[in-house]
Amino acid sequence: MATRTRYAPDRGLTVRMTATMFLLGLVFVGFVALIIGLMSYAHASAGAIIFIALVFGGGTAFISLFYSDKIALAAAGAREVTPQQEPELHAIVDRLCALADMDKPRVAVAPTDLPNAFATGRNSKHAVLCVTRGIQRRLDNDELEGVLAHELSHVAHKDVQVMTYASLLAIVAGLLVRFAFYSELFGGGRRGGNNSQAALLIPIIMLVSALVYAISFLLIRMLSRYRELAADRSGALLTGQPAALMSALQKVSGSMSQIPTRDLRQAEPLNAFFFAPAVKLNGQSLANIFSTHPSLERRLKELEKVRQQLGQER
Amino acid sequence: MGFLDTLLGRTKPVQPKLDDLFALPSAAVQLEAATGFTPTGSGSVCFRAVEGKTFADIQKDVRELLDMDADKPGGGGLPVEVTKDDYGFTWLVSNHMSDEVDALVTDLHAVNSALVDNNFGPQLLCTMVAFRDETHRTLALVYLYKRGTFYPFAPVPGRQDRRDNALELQVKGVLGEDLKIEQDLARWFPVWGAPGL
Repeated sequence: MATRTRYAPDRGLTVRMTATMFLLGLVFVGFVALIIGLMSYAHASAGAIIFIALVFGGGTAFISLFYSDKIALAAAGAREVTPQQEPELHAIVDRLCALADMDKPRVAVAPTDLPNAFATGRNSKHAVLCVTRGIQRRLDNDELEGVLAHELSHVAHKDVQVMTYASLLAIVAGLLVRFAFYSELFGGGRRGGNNSQAALLIPIIMLVSALVYAISFLLIRMLSRYRELAADRSGALLTGQPAALMSALQKVSGSMSQIPTRDLRQAEPLNAFFFAPAVKLNGQSLANIFSTHPSLERRLKELEKVRQQLGQER
Repeated sequence: MGFLDTLLGRTKPVQPKLDDLFALPSAAVQLEAATGFTPTGSGSVCFRAVEGKTFADIQKDVRELLDMDADKPGGGGLPVEVTKDDYGFTWLVSNHMSDEVDALVTDLHAVNSALVDNNFGPQLLCTMVAFRDETHRTLALVYLYKRGTFYPFAPVPGRQDRRDNALELQVKGVLGEDLKIEQDLARWFPVWGAPGL
């Protein structure tokens, strides 16, 4: 019986994540339905625009998913390392993979002093685990193990795939705004007076798309935060050492805020996959809803729950 | 992991497979016949200790249980050693005479069942039994709990971080029928400096 309680999933987190994904799906379905409705109302041939947006959006998402490992490694300037080059790092990953019974990802090191780590790749066969020299230097083996367990949980949860699919909607909506804007600029004169409804349609599509983009952006960020919490939790359960992960988080986020922002901005494209966000916004309450990562306090609080769960009496 | 677990970001802890460990004594006989490697009588269980008192208490109980066995007449006579490696994993080393592989496996299994009974089964990493031949080459058979498979690990004596892959593959061939050998070579991770090796 106690097996279930000690390693029980966090029901609250599951519910919140389901609700977020449901809302995203709802926005997507509503968006498509609205566009189709508007078009049939206006008998317009704006279908081409939407088709192109879907193809472009889908294409970009697919490419970024397929090459996520290579793109992320190149963006971080990281290089894959062999067990001979980094025996300790490989040994930690080896043990974690044996504990979790998963395929060992490739291991890479980025020569930056920014303390961070990320995992990417579309599935466990193509996964890459990357740590920076900065995080290796600052954390001891136990803390680094906690961070790597967090990243391995991202791989196990297929977070790169989930987040790519979730972002697809935002990409398409964003492209629609742009395409509609251009066709308004260049195509408006040609269509002229033959269909006044169609002329009205373009701004409406623009407005709706912009709205959908904004809403889905917030939802994606929310989903990203929940998935971070889920990875924290799974990682801590895997090692059995929530305290090590907590101290790693504190160390990393402490030194994050000390480093000047100019250096940090280079890390922005990778932010969603990072262990701790490298780019910090000012103004806590507003920053939270735009943030890809939960606040340090929140993460520590959730890990404290894991600790209590693991320490339950027999 | 199921689709739903992936979607919701839940990891189910993997429970260990224990039964295949008992194939070890007969495999040891086969190994000696084919390669001349004999058991050193020492074996160990490696697990990741969970922080907090609950786990520490269980670990203490297991140790006392095994030490009690050692004190009995006819027991191995050697107490259990506990060491922690550089990566934070705990190794419980049990020592017996070289012809007591059965007793050794029973000891190792006692550790397993103590952890599993207290629902800490997912923390088990591997079991290792050490062998040696006349030229003092060492060989370990490592049992992976989560896969229920064995693999050989043969460090080259006197050379740091070098393993004797030829010997390992030879052992794989020899024991292929007696033990479930891990087929994915990428999972044959090295256990440098493992206690009892």
